Formats: sequence, C-alpha cells, structure tokens
Amino acid sequence: MFAAENGLKGDPRLQAISNAIRVVPHFPKQGIMFQDITTLLLDHKAFKHTVDIFVERYKDMDISVVAGVEARGFMFGPSIALAIGAKFVPLRKPKKLPGEVIAEAYELEYGRDCLEMHVGAVEAGERAIVIDDLVATGGTLSAAIRLLERVGAQVVECGCVIGLREVKGQLRLNGKPLYILVEPREIDGC
Amino acid sequence: MLVREQLTMSDYRDKDPLIHGIQSKIRVVPNFPKPGIMFQDITTLLLDPKAFKDTIDLFVERYKGKNISVVAGIEARGFIFGPPIALEIGAKFVPLRKPKKLPGKVISEEYVLEYGKDCLEMHVGAVEPGERALVVDDLIATGGTLCAAMQLLERVGAEVVECACVIELPDLKVEDMEYVSHLGLE
Repeated sequence: MFAAENGLKGDPRLQAISNAIRVVPHFPKQGIMFQDITTLLLDHKAFKHTVDIFVERYKDMDISVVAGVEARGFMFGPSIALAIGAKFVPLRKPKKLPGEVIAEAYELEYGRDCLEMHVGAVEAGERAIVIDDLVATGGTLSAAIRLLERVGAQVVECGCVIGLREVKGQLRLNGKPLYILVEPREIDGC
Repeated sequence: MLVREQLTMSDYRDKDPLIHGIQSKIRVVPNFPKPGIMFQDITTLLLDPKAFKDTIDLFVERYKGKNISVVAGIEARGFIFGPPIALEIGAKFVPLRKPKKLPGKVISEEYVLEYGKDCLEMHVGAVEPGERALVVDDLIATGGTLCAAMQLLERVGAEVVECACVIELPDLKVEDMEYVSHLGLE
C-alpha cells in the first residue's frame, strides 16, 4: 500500500521525498533505472520526513523489533528503531555477522543470495517490521520475513521508501503488508 | 601527529555510568573473522534501545551546535550510527562505500589492509568545499579506513572536524590521525 493512499494523501512531505531521489540510468547494468536514495540522505529535511512518516506509522503498534536489510536498510532502520523504542536488528549478507546465525536463501534474477540474522537477537512473540530502501521483486524482503518468522516473531509490516505499484513478487511476501512512501521515478527532470 | 581524546577522561566524567552501560552491551566474539581476533560486536548494543540511544545522544551532545553539515559513515556499521547523528544535528549523511556500490560518479581512495589493499568511494558532489564534516564508524583499529575517509573529504575541500567511533582497539598503532574521539570503550 502506498502512503498517499493510506492517510497521507496530498502530504507535501511525500513530494519532497520523491524529488530528492536521484535516478541513475543503466546502473548496475544496461536498462536499469537505479533509484538512488543517497541524494535523499543529503537533504536533511527530506531525510527527516522519511523517518518521521515511518515513526508516525509504527510508534503505537507495539513494535519491539526493527529489522534492516544490509546495507541501505541500515540507513533508515536505526533512526526508526530509536524513535519508537525498538531494538535494531541488522540482516546481513553471509559471513558478516559474528557469532551464531540463521540463514535464509533467496532467488536473484540470476542465481541465489543469502540473508543472515543473529540467533537470539529476536525472541518468539516479538512484533517486528522490516525496513529497506526499495522493494523490487520482494525476494529479499521475503527472506527477511522468513528469518523473523523462523524464530517466532510476528512480522507486522515491511516498510520501504520506494516501491513499484505492482510488485512482481507480491505473492512472495506471504500476505504481509507492504507500506511504501513513493513510486520509482522514470528519469530525472533536472 | 596524533591527537586522541577519550571522552571518559576529562569532559565527561559524569557520563561514566552511561559509558559503562554502553560498554557492557558490546559482545566480544573470539576468533572472528579468523583465529586470534577478538571481534567487538556492536549488534548486541543495538538490541538495547536505551544503550543505543545513549550512544547516539553522547555523540549528538558533542557535535550539535558546532556547525557540522556533513556526517560521513563508513560501510556498513557506520551506516547504523551515522544517520541518527546526522538527523539530530541537522547535517547531511554521506555514505562511504566499498567499490562499485555507489551509482553515479565517485571519487576513490585506496587504503592498506593487513594483507592487500581495499578502496573507499564517495559520490562526487555530495560534499562541498568548506563544509565541516564528521566521520563515523563503529570501531577504530589501525585507522586505515578512517584515514581513507578523511582523505576523500579533504580532497573535495571539506574540513574534517573529528572522527567519531564507538570503540577503539588500544593495542594497535594509529598513525596519521589528526583527531579521533571515541567513547573510550576497549
């Protein structure tokens, strides 16, 4: 679901956020219009709006876990966690987390990758959200959801700054709600 | 020339209980990523909302009102501490990344590892000349990565005010550091 269609219709913050995102054509390869959030991070007001919108949404939902997907999920997740009083749990590529981990494989366009979470970071019954900068197929988010559910947590929602109107892998989010602030832009106006 | 200041030593004596609270939340994982290394794991700090908040608050208190417009964070654990600090002090956040991660035009700085070399990149145009910047990472060991970070910022004409780290490894030699501040956790 999009923020603009869920209580934030006409909210000027959403336009500011969208305007602050830069489109980089043909990255990492030909044909891909890469949605670059680093320019959003350079715009203090717009970055703050981004975090504020997620915080407003989640602060009264009894969320005790904010899981962020490496690496751009780390740029948004911790600020949200701090503001709502939740723990932050990094979900990382293989071999980055020290200590005992559980791993979840997921499909890429070509091949597979893997997401890991620390054993003991999340307890059974905790209410969790997953944060990332962008959702495309939903493969990474699905792996994140599976990790959390395997330890008995309840994934309340996945929050992304950017997402497509029709997520190709919508079914793969296992019916978990997806909350998206803005749609991808085609090309930079300026 | 090396100047290092530990927050626990002088200005922040009354913060000792906070600092001890933070320190107690950091987990040591022996023999990671290889035998002999006692890895300082900050993920357990992130699991304690109060201790995590105290960590950020200590840095914010130190840096707010100092006209700092840039917080640069080193991939990936610098991405966890940097943005909350940036948001609180009204600065932009600039991610410094491993090669080929940042889209668009970048400048690169090489640095030496124990065996071999690595490289840190920053977006062209992210930082302007004359801006006052902080570099943030979870841990300083040799200072190699932080030096590369400082070089990147100075190359575009920014002034690096300080490097801020949660943890310092005291036994390793830190060279060519101008000014490093950390919470004195070892």
